[in-house]
Amino acid sequence: MCDNNEKIIIESNKLNLYYGDNHALKDISFRIPSNRITALIGPSGCGKSTFLKTLNRMNDLVPGVKIEGQVMYNGEDIYSKAVDVTRLRRQIGMVFQKANPFPMSIYDNIAYGPRTHGVRNRAKLDEIVERSLRDAAIWEEVKDRLNKSALGLSGGQQQRICIARALAVEPDVLLMDESTSALDPISTSKIEELAMDLKSRYTVIMVTHNMQQALRISDYTAFFLLGELVEYGDTQTMFSKPTDKRTEDYITGRFG
Amino acid sequence: MNRESASLTQGLSARRRAYDIGMRALLYASAIIICALLLFLIGYILVRGIPHLSWEFLSSEESVIKNIEGILPALINTLYVVIATLIIVLPLGVGSAIYLTEYATNKKLVAAIEFATETLAGMPSIIFALVGVIVFCEFAGLGTSLLAGAFSLVMMTLPTIIRTTQESLKTVPQSYREGSLALGAGKWHMVRTVVLPSSVDGIVTGCILAVGRIVGESAVLMFTAGMGMRLAKYGHGLGEFFKNLFDSSGATLTVALYNYAKERADFESAFAVAVVLLVIAFIINIAAKLAGRKLKKH
Ligand SMILES: Nc1ncnc2c1ncn2[C@@H]1O[C@H](COP(=O)(O)OP(=O)(O)OP(=O)(O)O)[C@@H](O)[C@H]1O
Ligand SMILES: [Mg+2]
Repeated sequence: MCDNNEKIIIESNKLNLYYGDNHALKDISFRIPSNRITALIGPSGCGKSTFLKTLNRMNDLVPGVKIEGQVMYNGEDIYSKAVDVTRLRRQIGMVFQKANPFPMSIYDNIAYGPRTHGVRNRAKLDEIVERSLRDAAIWEEVKDRLNKSALGLSGGQQQRICIARALAVEPDVLLMDESTSALDPISTSKIEELAMDLKSRYTVIMVTHNMQQALRISDYTAFFLLGELVEYGDTQTMFSKPTDKRTEDYITGRFG
Repeated sequence: MNRESASLTQGLSARRRAYDIGMRALLYASAIIICALLLFLIGYILVRGIPHLSWEFLSSEESVIKNIEGILPALINTLYVVIATLIIVLPLGVGSAIYLTEYATNKKLVAAIEFATETLAGMPSIIFALVGVIVFCEFAGLGTSLLAGAFSLVMMTLPTIIRTTQESLKTVPQSYREGSLALGAGKWHMVRTVVLPSSVDGIVTGCILAVGRIVGESAVLMFTAGMGMRLAKYGHGLGEFFKNLFDSSGATLTVALYNYAKERADFESAFAVAVVLLVIAFIINIAAKLAGRKLKKH
């Protein structure tokens, strides 16, 4: 568990999720501290993406999904009836595992979120677009072709466009699902730097298959296995002295 | 190398090769027959129709006293029916399709509705004519009028519009929707800004092809919109437009063609109308192709 004097921003209590008969998340109780980077690791299919999507209720879109338990965000149950899902998603942004830029210009992609939330002023939009693209380490590459389609970019560039697009609405929490898995080492380290810079303003929760990355940038790490949260704690401690045998096997590469 | 390729061709038995050649010949033959048939049809219509076409024929109303032949009323009726049908069927059809693919959650009900629209789309148009007469002309009291015709055509084209719109909505990747919703967009905002723009080419193409069906329809209109060849009172302005829809009845181009050919045995005029219809069909097809290509910007 995380340090006791951390401010908790997201907390799940006995969270269970079923895709039809598939019990994908089992009794997940989890306290995520504010302004920290939390890494989710675990073998493929263990429920990392699924857990991430319960935090901004993107799982609502999956037909036949059943969710039990609680997810508290700033002390509010996000699954309660009164919650405005669009406001929740504005505050908890997400970058998907597969890059999904809209079939629009680069500019319109980034401006999409702000426009959705009512920003119309052109100068203001210009400023948001530039700042977001800079933050996502892609400004230099695209500044001369902002009006070209985002679909013409490479996979890694598209992923950074999606990161910029998520940053443009200035969320409090950023969920990143293996957002650097398609990137070259240079862009990856830029994104990692970004994540560390953003800590003062954002809470970052990232799924990664890269142990080095988790070790390099995260403050806390959670290890998932077969839908269970096996171990969760301070990253340094977890990588040096894992308490659970399964965690140790996974991070030393003995399975997964 | 040589030995290898030799062994590859030797593998084909003589029977297999004969079969291949036979099939290919059959394919070419059917392609040639179809093209020849099309060329003959078009050529024949043009040869017989064009001599009778004139500006006067297109722009005047027929008059026995002045000995003038003209299809202006039919042209105007066609325009009226097309516009009126589209005004009603587009919002209805596109709206239903959006509801069915983007909003409806009851999978069984959606499947049932999709099955129904599919069946309706394959119905012979004369059935819509019959229902149109009973429901719109008689029960709704519209009489034989352009409006009754338009409503009947709405019934006929609605399933097609719903289907083509649904098809193009379904081609929009789910990841676009997720991306939009994850940024905090509401459902309708997502549909309007992401889903519709990336499927508009398919929707427009579907609508243009529906116009083609409307222009080409005769049975439904004969029963519901009338067969008169004279110009009713046509005024200008939107108010007049709607008033005329109620008041007027008359033949559209296809029905006029029927009149010329069947009632009067005036084949010169019939072929001239056929040329006009051909040209319209040609324009509609080109428009559908262009719309499909132009609108797909990215
Ligand atoms: N939309 C869905 N419908 C049904 N089952 C799903 C769906 N998404 C995921 N699952 C199932 O839930 C389980 C967890 O999947 P999830 O995508 O969360 O894994 P993951 O840890 O993100 O894996 P990866 O590292 O490969 O991305 C898997 O068994 C998967 O088959
Ligand atoms: Mg995943």
